[in-house]
Amino acid sequence: MNTTSVFSIVRNQLFSFMRKEFYHVLRDKKVLLILFGMPVVQVLLFGFVLSNEVKDTRIIVIDVARDEASRQLISKLEANRYFQVDHISSDEHEIEPTFRKGKIKAAVVFPQNFQHDLQHGNTAQVQIITDGTDVNAANTVNGYIMSVIQDFSSTSNAGEKIPRIVPEVRMLYNPQLLGAPNFVPGVMAMVLMLVCVMMTAVAIVKEKEMGTMEVLLVSPMRPMLVIISKAVPYLLLSLVNLSVIILLSVYALDVPVKGSVVLLLSLSTLFIITCLALGILISIQTDSQQAAMFASLLGMLLPTIMLSGFMFPIENMPWPLQLISNIVPSRWYYIIVKDVMIKGAGFSSVWKETLILITMSIALLGISMKKFKIRLV
Amino acid sequence: MGMLKVLLQKEFRQIFRNKTILIISFIAPVMQFLILPLAANFEIKNINLAIVDHDRSSTSQKLTSQITGSGFFKLVDYSSSFKQAYHLIETDKADLILEVPVDFEQNLMRENSGKIFIAVNAINGTKAVVGGNYLDGIIAETNKNILVELIPNVNLKQGVDLATTYWFNPKLNYKIALIPGILAILVTMIGGFLSALNIVKEKESGTIEQINVTPIRKIDFILGKLIPFWILAMIVFTIGLTLAYLIYDIVPQGNLLVLYCFISVYLLAVLGFGLLISTFCNTQQEAMFLAFFFVMIFILLGGLFTSIDSMPEWAKMITKINPVNYMINVMRLVLLKGSGFRDILSDFIVVLVMALLLNGWAVLNYRKTT
Repeated sequence: MNTTSVFSIVRNQLFSFMRKEFYHVLRDKKVLLILFGMPVVQVLLFGFVLSNEVKDTRIIVIDVARDEASRQLISKLEANRYFQVDHISSDEHEIEPTFRKGKIKAAVVFPQNFQHDLQHGNTAQVQIITDGTDVNAANTVNGYIMSVIQDFSSTSNAGEKIPRIVPEVRMLYNPQLLGAPNFVPGVMAMVLMLVCVMMTAVAIVKEKEMGTMEVLLVSPMRPMLVIISKAVPYLLLSLVNLSVIILLSVYALDVPVKGSVVLLLSLSTLFIITCLALGILISIQTDSQQAAMFASLLGMLLPTIMLSGFMFPIENMPWPLQLISNIVPSRWYYIIVKDVMIKGAGFSSVWKETLILITMSIALLGISMKKFKIRLV
Repeated sequence: MGMLKVLLQKEFRQIFRNKTILIISFIAPVMQFLILPLAANFEIKNINLAIVDHDRSSTSQKLTSQITGSGFFKLVDYSSSFKQAYHLIETDKADLILEVPVDFEQNLMRENSGKIFIAVNAINGTKAVVGGNYLDGIIAETNKNILVELIPNVNLKQGVDLATTYWFNPKLNYKIALIPGILAILVTMIGGFLSALNIVKEKESGTIEQINVTPIRKIDFILGKLIPFWILAMIVFTIGLTLAYLIYDIVPQGNLLVLYCFISVYLLAVLGFGLLISTFCNTQQEAMFLAFFFVMIFILLGGLFTSIDSMPEWAKMITKINPVNYMINVMRLVLLKGSGFRDILSDFIVVLVMALLLNGWAVLNYRKTT
């Protein structure tokens, strides 16, 4: 037998195994539906629903003063689009019960003699009380209320010309401060992780659980090729998923791919391979579908959400967590997508991250090969 | 009643035999609980700043030293050109550029207006806004100082004095704000996933047929599946509450009885949801993905990380049927604000109705014949 015919036999075997895996994947309509529905729903949620912006926040106004100045300020507050004045009251004791019902995020209190203090050169006090249990909202609402009030007080004593520094602010990459440019790379990392790690791990372990793995292992195929042919359908599926996310983000969210699409796709393929390798490793180490699922959830999905820098800033974390974040593949992929897709950077600025992902893939596959046992017991 | 007892015995044995699941369902929450509050720190400090000072005047130096001395910013580079600074933004080494143009001081003195340029990397919107706010505050302060220097007897006192207090969390500690929500997500995940996988597993391994041919009533079967996970989730919740007290010093402000009363009904709703998924699916893979899909949407729309107020109207309607949203809300109210039963009554009723509907549906949807 010459080498070409050996090669063609191996190739034929590989193809028939891959065909079998495709049937498996394509037959399960519910899983398929979720696999494609999930990225769509996530992109739409992050694009249209979830934002760090704070608007329409409910506040109450306690107007003890009930004079012209306080009324003017209240109408200014009411006109602001960032919050809604739930109601106006003159009883300070109403603040606490209203907070306890959870309906409002802040209260603004105008004390007695507000106008009198303001006009007679003294300082007129305004008190802002915000709900500290929602830190972001508390900070932002406080900022908005303060700017409304400061605006009011500076217009009331304008006139004289004074020198001031005027800052001119430019928001780079994301001038409208949308959430999408930050979230799209994160969603990509999350969905690819989910499809590749969890699906592969569970699919392989399922054969162990059902006992069909033995049938595959006694076939003349090389055991590692059995495993690899299981991963291939998920590679293709993830590429389709990836394209769906990119198309959605370009056409529905107006987040264009600024850099090279080819670069983005090839680096994404690299990340997919890293994930598949991880999925294979998990499947080799676990025996039941439930265990494989929880291991992928714990091992990958939570770290992806928590430590990749997509939800929470890495530089704020304590150093042990920062250290751990280095071994989370999605952290590096997130940087790659952000640089290539949002900033339009070329390969020269992401070569380091690429190298890390390549090293991780090789290491994971190496460990898998070493741990893989042909015998089941 | 006798039948239910036997079924419960079976379920508990199965749970305790499967060590992996048992370990995971306790270790996962503990890990999440320890790591998430540390990771989820949005407090914005150490904003990396690059300064490009073309003016090099005493005023520009005063301004920059005021900014670097504020503690919020970390000066990473004193660049000679905007291009050089921009490169730092591109490589993520700087978040913000402050550029002082030539003749800044001269314009400030002669024309009463000195322009400076600020460029922010706005991919992360929150960081950009907060960084910009800090800078605004510092510039306002510098403006005041300049004014005092130029016109010594100017009356700065006139105007409105603002005093802000943050209630229930005076130091705006992110950990305190997040813990109740994380605890809510935790019990939801444990309860939802485990119950969703359970009946399906019996389907996949064929043991459900054995149960179907016995005279076990549908309601007993579902209750037998529900009660063990309910107890498991209650234990996880109690552990979480204890950890919150031990590690994060969170003392429940409200009545614990009120809290447990709500949780017990909430868990019924979550478990009912899991069982419902279970009755719809045939393989564990299906159930897992379906459960994951919904739980993910529930959590994202739960109002923990982003506020519900800022969502569009149609999304607000969805949050009304999202049990996680009620749970996070009640946890915050009772744990941090000390709300009583009357305050959470409406949430309680909604969750109770959900629990009845979901479990009723699950019982109806479970068929003993194929």
